Amino acid sequence: MKAFTRLDARAAPLPMANIDTDQIIPKQFLKTVEREGLSQGLFYDLRFDGDGRARPDFVLNRPEYAGAGVLVTGDNFGCGSSREHAPWALMDFGITCVIASSFADIFYNNCFQNGLLPVVLKPDEVQALTGECLGGNHMVSVDLEAQTVTSPSGKVFAFEIDGSRKTKMLNGLDAIGETLSAAADIDAWEAGRTLTHPWLERA
Amino acid sequence: MRAMAGKTLYDKIWDAHLVAEQDGEAILYIDLHLIHEVTTPQAFAGLRANRRKVRRPDRTLAVADHNIPTEGQGRGVAAVADEEARLQLATLERNVADNGIEFFPMGDVRNGIVHVVGPEQGRTQPGMTIVCGDSHTSTHGAFGALAHGIGTSEVEHVLATQTLRQKKARNLRVVIEGTPAPGVGAKDFALAVIGEIGTAGGTGYVIEYAGDAVRALSMEGRMTLCNLTIEGGARAGLVAPDETTFDYLRGRPAAPKGGAWDIALASWKALFSDPDAVFDREVRIDASAIAPLVTWGTSPEDVIPVTGVAPSPEAFPSPDKRAAVVRALEYMGLEAGQPIASAKVDVVFIGSCTNSRIEDLRTAADIVRGRSVAPGVRAMVVPGSGLVKAQAEEEGLDEVFRAAGFDWREPGCSMCLGMNPDRLAPGERCASTSNRNFEGRQGRGGRTHLMSPAMAAAAALAGHIADVRDYLR
Repeated sequence: MKAFTRLDARAAPLPMANIDTDQIIPKQFLKTVEREGLSQGLFYDLRFDGDGRARPDFVLNRPEYAGAGVLVTGDNFGCGSSREHAPWALMDFGITCVIASSFADIFYNNCFQNGLLPVVLKPDEVQALTGECLGGNHMVSVDLEAQTVTSPSGKVFAFEIDGSRKTKMLNGLDAIGETLSAAADIDAWEAGRTLTHPWLERA
Repeated sequence: MRAMAGKTLYDKIWDAHLVAEQDGEAILYIDLHLIHEVTTPQAFAGLRANRRKVRRPDRTLAVADHNIPTEGQGRGVAAVADEEARLQLATLERNVADNGIEFFPMGDVRNGIVHVVGPEQGRTQPGMTIVCGDSHTSTHGAFGALAHGIGTSEVEHVLATQTLRQKKARNLRVVIEGTPAPGVGAKDFALAVIGEIGTAGGTGYVIEYAGDAVRALSMEGRMTLCNLTIEGGARAGLVAPDETTFDYLRGRPAAPKGGAWDIALASWKALFSDPDAVFDREVRIDASAIAPLVTWGTSPEDVIPVTGVAPSPEAFPSPDKRAAVVRALEYMGLEAGQPIASAKVDVVFIGSCTNSRIEDLRTAADIVRGRSVAPGVRAMVVPGSGLVKAQAEEEGLDEVFRAAGFDWREPGCSMCLGMNPDRLAPGERCASTSNRNFEGRQGRGGRTHLMSPAMAAAAALAGHIADVRDYLR
C-alpha cells in the first residue's frame, strides 16, 4: 500500500450527498481483472454525456481543477456496493484524499487498504471548505501526522482518525503481512475451534 | 456498569471469533468466505505476487453470478458474448482450480446468486462469521450469522489468513411488532426501516431485528430483511436463530448430520441477546401500520406508500436535501405531488439477492396466475439459483409466469446491477424487486422503483405502479 503523509493539492468541490459507488465507478468498468486504468470510468455518467463527450460544467472537467488531488464532497460518500474499484478509480485519477462530512462504512474501510485518505470534517467545515474551493484559489494542504486540513485561505481544520489506521497509512504497511505475524495465534484458535465446533470441519 | 450487562447476539459472535488484538484492531476469524468473479481477480493476483496461498480453501465457496448472461448458460463460459465478462469468468475458474476451492460454475444447477446459494446449500449456519466481496452479504445474518461485505483487499486478506482486521461496531436493535396487513411483507418491513432511519442511519452499527413480526417471517423473508440492512448504512443485520432457522437448515447438503446436528443445535440455541443486554440504540416499527411501499427517488431512503405522491422539495428542511430531491425528481421523470401509482412502467424485474427465492416467486405467481402482463411491458423473472429455478418449475410457476407474458430466465444477478446484457435503456422505468435505485444502477438513465415481488407482479399486470391489495384474491 502507498503511504500517505502530507498532500498539497488542488481540491475539487462536489457538494452532493449520498454519492454512491455506482456513480463513482459504474458497472461497465467492473469487468476488469486489473487494479489500474479505472480512472477512465471515474464518475463516468457525471463526467460524460450519453455520447461520451465531456460535460464542460462538471468540476473534474473544468480546467481550473485539472490535476486535483483532493475531492470535497457531502454526507455519506461512497454508499452502496463494496466495490474497491471506487477507491482504485479515484487514485488512478490522481485523487488521494476525499474530504466529506461522513462516509459509508465499506468504502471508508476500502480507502485505508489503498492509501486513499478519507477525512471527516464537521458539516459546517465542509461547507466552508467547499465555498473556498469554489472560489479562485483551490489549493489545500492535508497533513495526516498533524491531523489537519488547511484551506486555501489558511483556515485550519482538525480531524479525527483511528490511531492504528493512521499508523498504517503513514507507513504504507501491508495488513496481510502484519496479520500473518500472528499466524501462531490463528493456528491455536483454529485448533480450539475444531474441538468446540467439530461440525464445521468438512471432510 | 456496562461491563456487568448481558451480551447482545453480535457481542457473543464477536467474542467467539476474536483471535487476537493487534495495534487496537481485532483479528476476527472468518468461518465462511464466499467469492465471485467480479471482486476477486485482483485478490488472487495479489496472493500470487506475494507468493501467498489460500489458508482454508475448505472454508471458501465460489460462484459465478454478477456478470453471467441469463440465457444459454449451458453453453459454458466460452460462449459468453461479452469479452471482458468471459475473461473475468475464466479467471475465476483458473483461480479456484489452482487453489482447490469448491466452485459451482455457470450452468451447474447449484450455481446462482451467492447470497441465495450459501443458505440453500446449508453452508450458511448460525453463529458463523461470513464475508464476501459484496455488500449484500448482510443477507446471511438471517441465520444469526455475523455477515458483511468487504472490499477486494480484504478478500485477499481473508484468503491469506482466514481472518479480518476489524473494529467493533455498536449495537442497534430494530423491533418490528404487530401483524402486517395482507399484501405487506418482509420487503415492506425493510423499506420501512430504511425510510425511518435513512440511508446512513445505520452507519457504524450492527442491527439485530427482533419482535414478533420478525419471528413470524420465513427464512426467505428474514433474508430479504437482512439483505437490505446495508441500504440503511449498517454493515450487518442479525436475526437470532429459532425453530424456523433450524427447520430450514435440516437436511441441506452442507448442514451437519446425525450426532453432529445435535451438537450444532445445542450450540445454536445459545445464540440470542441476553435479556439484560444493552443496545446503543433502538428503533421500533409497527408492522400493522405499514402499507405496501415503493421508492420514488434515487436513494433507498426515498420510500413512500403506494398510495402516496412524489414529494415536493419544499417539504424538506435542509437545502442539500431539497437540491437532492429536485435532482431525483428530474432523473426519475416525476412531478412533485404526482401520485406514484400513476407512473407507467416499461420493465418489471423480479429477481436479485433480495427477492429471487422460491417464496418470492410463489408470492408473485399468486398475483399473476390467470392474468396477463399489460401491453408494452417487458416483464422478467430471474430465479436466484438453478435449484430455485428447478423448484419453481416443479411447482409449475414458470408456466404461470410464461402464460402471463413474463420472460422466464436463467439464474444470476442480472438486471439488479446490469453487468450482464439485462439492463434498462435510458428513460425506461422499472418496477424492481432489487435493492438499489441509484442513478444508472440498472442501466444508464434507467429509472428504478424498489418494491416487493407481489407489488412488482401487480405493476406488470397494471402497466403502472399499482397497489397489490387490489390484486389479492
